[in-house]
Amino acid sequence: MSIPRTLVALPDARGVTAKLSAHGVSKRFRSSRGGGVSALTDVDLDITSGEFVCLIGPSGCGKTTLLNLFAGLEKPDMGELRLDGRPIAGPGPDRAVLFQDPALFPWMSVRANVEFALEMIGVSKDERPDRAMQWLRKVHLAHFADAQPHELSGGMRQRAALARALSCQPEVLLADEPFAALDAQTREILQRELQEVWSETRNTFVFVTHNVREAVFLADRVVLMSAPPGSLVAEHVITAPRPRDIEDVLLSKVVVDIHGHLSKEVEKVVAAEIDR
Amino acid sequence: MSRLRSIVRQLGPRIAAVVGLLLIWQLAAWSGLFSPSVLPPPSDVVGSFLHNFSQPQPPRESILVGTQASLIRLVVGLAVGVAAGTSIGLTMAASGLIQRSVGSLMAGLQALPSISWLPLAMLWFGLTERAVLFVVIIGSIPAVAIATAAAVRLVPPLLTRAGRTLGARGWTLYRRIVLPAGVPGYVAGLQQAWALGWRALMAGELILMATGGKGLGHLLEANRQLQNTPAIFAVMIMIMFVGMAVEATFGVVDRRVRGRRGLLANP
Repeated sequence: MSIPRTLVALPDARGVTAKLSAHGVSKRFRSSRGGGVSALTDVDLDITSGEFVCLIGPSGCGKTTLLNLFAGLEKPDMGELRLDGRPIAGPGPDRAVLFQDPALFPWMSVRANVEFALEMIGVSKDERPDRAMQWLRKVHLAHFADAQPHELSGGMRQRAALARALSCQPEVLLADEPFAALDAQTREILQRELQEVWSETRNTFVFVTHNVREAVFLADRVVLMSAPPGSLVAEHVITAPRPRDIEDVLLSKVVVDIHGHLSKEVEKVVAAEIDR
Repeated sequence: MSRLRSIVRQLGPRIAAVVGLLLIWQLAAWSGLFSPSVLPPPSDVVGSFLHNFSQPQPPRESILVGTQASLIRLVVGLAVGVAAGTSIGLTMAASGLIQRSVGSLMAGLQALPSISWLPLAMLWFGLTERAVLFVVIIGSIPAVAIATAAAVRLVPPLLTRAGRTLGARGWTLYRRIVLPAGVPGYVAGLQQAWALGWRALMAGELILMATGGKGLGHLLEANRQLQNTPAIFAVMIMIMFVGMAVEATFGVVDRRVRGRRGLLANP
């Protein structure tokens, strides 16, 4: 008697609950001096649906690479990345990305940028203007809907990019240091706004930053990456209730904790740089 | 008020330069150092321009008709040249192999002044308008192709990445993101193609006079044969006017395209 073989791979025990997962992921880049530079080695990460995860680590640790892999903008050399248990084959609007540069299309108005995202997910032409305005109101940009991106301040551009990303109603939002280029005050305001918006939308969020305070303020879980070649070295689950206050003493303690951990990794990076 | 002032600030120096030139010219003519058949006074030139502008000057056409004929030839030539150059440029941008092969060929052709094609064109097409048209076409193709390829290649990768993460791919990505992002570079290429085409056309018309052919270059040569110096100046002024008008149009388009994208240093 023959046993029918299933063609569908059975997800492992962890994969069942993970919204987004990386298993045994490694990635190398060719360096300009020849040979390869290892960006990631053997990374395992499971992210549950609706979780806000911050990736933090010294520069060059591969956190951006990991994000690009989840986005489908790059392919791993080894290991696999999955969304809802399905392998990630390429980029798509189910995983919206916020880049460090807002990456708005400069020939489109702010509203047209959002409408473009809506068009890509198949929203009909009649519905687009209203839907776009709805998202722009959420990020307090309704008055600037008809402005061109270059007419906006850095913070406003990043808000517009957030509206565009959210308008796809993605299951997952991937952010690569979106506030890094902003001044400290604007940055705090945007962190608060992001928290507010996210508490409504509750997308699964992967947020890369090198700012520990930002990570602790936003995240359910902070994942610390090692000095290059990057791998995951520690996790801190932040249970503080939301909405959070950036001045919260309890959060400050976690910040100090993670800072200690992070500085060790940064020291390793600096030591390696001096050796060269 | 401020609008009027900006118009004065924009036009003032331009008008002053022309008036200054006319003044020096008139003084040189009055000085008696030059015979009027060598350097006619500007008044004669203006008279000739006004007189011949719309009235034919047997056996030749009027300046207006000549301008029309030249412009039609330019538009037809550029239309073909731009279409071909754009297609070649887009394939160059799409494939490294074509960039290296056809691209280097285009770079070589661009170094060749287009008027140097005229002898060949005369052998291939005879002493006809088609030979002149050919020169205009062949002169604009490399400029447009190279500019198009560069415009597409220089599109910031971040914008295409952003487009892809929003779900745009293939033809949609190309049409909605890559092409619009390349427009400023493309406009610069068109501007260069027009300038090359206009120069090649004038040179071609000057050298090759097909029987019954009309055009500003032909008028120049005809007036040389008639030794009508004021009329030569008048036609040259018309050639300059056409150039300035087209350049100004390109200036407006270029400012609009780049202003919209925040690429102007002084908006």
